[in-house]
Amino acid sequence: MIQAKHQRLVLILSAVGIILVAVFLAGYALREQASYFYTPSELAGAGVGPDQAIRLGGMVQQGSIQTAADGITVNFIVGDGKATIPVTYTGITPDLFVEGSGVVAEGRLAADGLSFVADNLLAKHDENYMPVELEGLDKEAIAASTAAGAVRE
Amino acid sequence: MIAEIGLGLLWFAAALSVMQLGLGIMILRDRESASASAFAATLRPIAVIQGVMVALSFLCLIQIFWVTDLSVKLVATNSHSLKPWLYKLAGAWGNHEGSMLLWVTVMAVSGALVAMLERRISQAMMIATLAAQAFVSIGFYAFLLLSSNPFERLVPTPPEGAGLNPLLQDPGLAFHPPTLYFGYVGLSIAFSFAVGALVTREVGPTFARAMRPWVLGAWIFLTLGITAGSYWAYYELGWGGWWFWDPVENASLMPWLAATALLHSVTVLANRGALKAWTVMLAVVAFSMSMVGTFLVRSGVLTSVHAFAVDPERGSFILVLLAIYIGGALALFGLRASTVQEGAKFQFLSREAALVANNLLLMGILAIVLMGTLYPLVTEASGTKVSIGPPYFNPASAIFFIPMVLIMAVGPMLRWRKSDKAQLTAAAAAPLLAGAVALLLVVIFGSGAGILPTLGLALAATLAVASVMPLFRSKTNRASLPIWGMVVAHLGVAVTMAGMASESAFTKETLVASAPGESHQVADWTITLLAVEPVAGRNWTALEARLSAQRGEGEAIELAPQARMFSSPPTNTSEAALLTRWDGQLYAVLGERAPDGRWQLRLWWKPFVPLIWYGGIMIGFGGLLALIGRLFQLRRTRPIRKVEQASEPTGQTVPA
Repeated sequence: MIQAKHQRLVLILSAVGIILVAVFLAGYALREQASYFYTPSELAGAGVGPDQAIRLGGMVQQGSIQTAADGITVNFIVGDGKATIPVTYTGITPDLFVEGSGVVAEGRLAADGLSFVADNLLAKHDENYMPVELEGLDKEAIAASTAAGAVRE
Repeated sequence: MIAEIGLGLLWFAAALSVMQLGLGIMILRDRESASASAFAATLRPIAVIQGVMVALSFLCLIQIFWVTDLSVKLVATNSHSLKPWLYKLAGAWGNHEGSMLLWVTVMAVSGALVAMLERRISQAMMIATLAAQAFVSIGFYAFLLLSSNPFERLVPTPPEGAGLNPLLQDPGLAFHPPTLYFGYVGLSIAFSFAVGALVTREVGPTFARAMRPWVLGAWIFLTLGITAGSYWAYYELGWGGWWFWDPVENASLMPWLAATALLHSVTVLANRGALKAWTVMLAVVAFSMSMVGTFLVRSGVLTSVHAFAVDPERGSFILVLLAIYIGGALALFGLRASTVQEGAKFQFLSREAALVANNLLLMGILAIVLMGTLYPLVTEASGTKVSIGPPYFNPASAIFFIPMVLIMAVGPMLRWRKSDKAQLTAAAAAPLLAGAVALLLVVIFGSGAGILPTLGLALAATLAVASVMPLFRSKTNRASLPIWGMVVAHLGVAVTMAGMASESAFTKETLVASAPGESHQVADWTITLLAVEPVAGRNWTALEARLSAQRGEGEAIELAPQARMFSSPPTNTSEAALLTRWDGQLYAVLGERAPDGRWQLRLWWKPFVPLIWYGGIMIGFGGLLALIGRLFQLRRTRPIRKVEQASEPTGQTVPA
């Protein structure tokens, strides 16, 4: 029979052990699985490979949304005032996904590295909500490319 | 006038909580003096009056929303005279200020209930508990009164209000925040009990029995809140997913994980007198997770599809509260942990040991979720923006979850204190067989199911069989209500797992642009688009698709997904159409109109997906059974089972 004092020690050691395992595991997985956020201009010099899951954020350029012949694929251009990149997305676009508005696209670079294939689009929920990641964008560039009043802080 | 009365009541209640804390400290410092015992009798009434005052204040806020008094800023920014009555009511807590008032209200009313009903713990511990409760409340009163006054007037009075976010205009969501808050706040009571027990050095079975109903209650509400939130996200966002590992979702999952661990360890302490320091620490951790969750949701520091109240000042306020409460409790724990009595002994192969292992694995999952949720904040401080999603959370948490389910299966069949291998083998045979059969079936028939879903289905079968086995044991352990509660809750976990695994393994999706009259296949359903027509509701207009769904040669059933437009605030929402069958759900979303006039349709067949939420309801119901059982035990005047340590200060003496 284990002594009570030892039992407490065993309990504490196993607790510390489990937490350490969890932390190391998490740390390792986070390095592998975190998807990084870029704006088009940051992406240009980031050296991101085509397999890496990333999030691309910026404004949907005026006049750039085009629906493909199948009716469910959209092509549009995302810009941050300094650079732009074409994006392809297949699926139903979120509410309030409109030209001149902020968008975060989850996905990866196409094999040629020149365009972006999105698996998921996140747009503003309503006129008060803006993806937090877009806050650091050049406000003047946004204002220039956006209908008045569509973006608030 | 009502707004001023509400604010006055709130200040009054805040003053009472300051009094409650001050008097409590005074009495505890000098317990023997005559004045202390005279004051001691006043503490319970103070707590009760505080609860009544805040409840009245909250009623004032509801009244203001009910009549849409636009001269109050909160109403003007969150309500609208044309809103349906349910959302006018829910508007009272569907915003930052109102929800914080709700928080304080629930907390003060719970404190009042403790003061009125709790008779088992010593007077000193009651005083310490009420003082701790007041200490926590004061921070939230300060937060409300200094930075988030819900009764603030707006001059000039606007002609009309701005409305409630249409995504929140949903009956399920109207009651979602209160449900979660009951959970969070229940954990604050458990926290106060733990502080009270540490201060008076009375960490023992009596403390555990006093704390247990609160932990159970909090856990039930959190369970139901998470289940409802998941279902809301599933049908309201129109993305067809039931869990996104969104920071706001994690904010409610983390306290649930801690509360689940606490619930199991408090049972060990109440029944067997073991795991004393561990239980106290879990109570601190559980409430800390409520606070972390509140901080994450309220501060606006996170990128989330449903974060609200973006306000750095408020975020730092909650961060300070977080530091004071958690830091203070951990410091107290550090000072007093060594004086907590040694718990009763148990062997490696015993119910206690299984519960400890389960607790540790839950803490492992909690650590994984916490790190994944906070990591983006940490990297953001160094200028890198990242997002963490299912590719991280799913495998990392599964590593702890899978062994936990196995322990969950055998644990209830082990004896307290000491079991033997023969008994374990006999108990594990049937569940393992069920798991093996399920595994075989999935491998043969469910081609293409991934590793995790396959394992999930096998484990669900194992756990389902194991869960009901305690009902068929010898008469020495005849099934009391708490045992039934455990059986139902564990079975609920199996049911939820089966639903999750089935949905991720076998969902079929069809995404098309469809002209009226065209038919499309998803699984064995044929869906025909009949027409798309405009319709109007009370405060919205919509485009509604009429779809006809036919399964094989069966009868055609009409479905009507909508794309809704709200004018105030201007927002679009997607109302998915759901068709539930015994073996799954058909899910249809109407998208945009393509330039050539066709309509985008997204169709899913999700086999057994409702099991996810049925299981959640079962888990909560199991908790309810246990809670009712415990409350009945309270009423019964039978002698307390003699398992306490001889050194228990409460007086019951028996060798372990």
